[in-house]
Amino acid sequence: MTSPTTNRPLSPHLLNYRWPLTVLCSGTHRITGILLSIGTVLFVFWLGSAAYGPAAYDFASSLFSSPIGYLVLFGYTFALYYHLCAGTRHLLWDVGKGFDLATCAWSNYAVIGAALFFTVVTWAAALIF
Amino acid sequence: MVEFALPANSKVQPGKSHKAPAGAKRVKTFKIYRYDPDSGANPRLDSFEIDLDDCGPMVLDALLKIKDEIDATLTLRRSCREGICGSCAMNIDGSNTLACLKPIEDIKGDVKVYPLPHMSVVKDLVPDLSLAYAQLASIKPWIQRQSPLPPDRETLQSIEDRAKLDGLWECILCFCCQTSCPSYWWNSDRYLGPAILLQAARWIHDSRDEMTGERLDALEDPFKLYRCHTIMNCTSTCPKGLNPARAIGSIKEKLAERTF
Repeated sequence: MTSPTTNRPLSPHLLNYRWPLTVLCSGTHRITGILLSIGTVLFVFWLGSAAYGPAAYDFASSLFSSPIGYLVLFGYTFALYYHLCAGTRHLLWDVGKGFDLATCAWSNYAVIGAALFFTVVTWAAALIF
Repeated sequence: MVEFALPANSKVQPGKSHKAPAGAKRVKTFKIYRYDPDSGANPRLDSFEIDLDDCGPMVLDALLKIKDEIDATLTLRRSCREGICGSCAMNIDGSNTLACLKPIEDIKGDVKVYPLPHMSVVKDLVPDLSLAYAQLASIKPWIQRQSPLPPDRETLQSIEDRAKLDGLWECILCFCCQTSCPSYWWNSDRYLGPAILLQAARWIHDSRDEMTGERLDALEDPFKLYRCHTIMNCTSTCPKGLNPARAIGSIKEKLAERTF
């Protein structure tokens, strides 16, 4: 039953596969989930600075309002909305909806589009008000 | 565990190249994964130039032409050449499919042919399927009843109950989906994989089977079933157009219904 030879090679996999968009969306869902966990640490750091005193809060605010800080916050916003939208599609899958490839083909774009839309709207609102 | 690079003994080296015969007009290059267990050397990628005017339309035709006319040591599984036996499953042009159903014309550029991904390679395009077969046996892919079978006739099934098996019974166990699933790559020792779970669904949804509860019990496990993250690569790659992701979803639904 098991391999008689132990030195058999492993056939190429991850880097040899032509990924459909559905797979990339799934991977992005996983990655944004990890980024959100890291982002939560930053959120706690911000809350903690507010509890610590005005000087600490000013320091944290200056970090977040720097160009890199903005970039991180923008990425965090996108990760949040992407994870939310892709997670909603997971909920629909969990009740047996949207499994056929034709539906997945457009729901991929719906997830990406909705995430980008909410991110841009949130930032437009944040920068205007 | 997730891994990106191949182990040292699995890294693919450049191989031999075989030129097309003089006068060939429609030349297509086939780059084929080769591994010779007797040499002990790493796998290599051989290239073969084929005259398409002197070759059948499918990738399998080209592979058999190479075996017949250029290199008789090329090793692959094949039998029916019409997509019903599932023997010639391999990775062609970056996706798993059956060589006999894949038209050469559909492939732009060189035709890259590899064994099914993340499998132990016996020789060339032949992967070791013993683990997948053992996993299939573990779900008991046969009808199980507690009440006795009718002695004088078949176990009847309504048309509606029979329709529940459509999309499940057609599976030919080629393992294209099984070996396209990243979850299966990283956890093949504990996750059953899409092909096996589709088979499990086939028996769970069979009105004549009376061990549905036991079958669900056996699958209620963080790894065996729930390593499926609906990546959908199984459904994208199935050469028979089946939907293993939906089948797995239907098992998860059955378990949820039972709990709540």
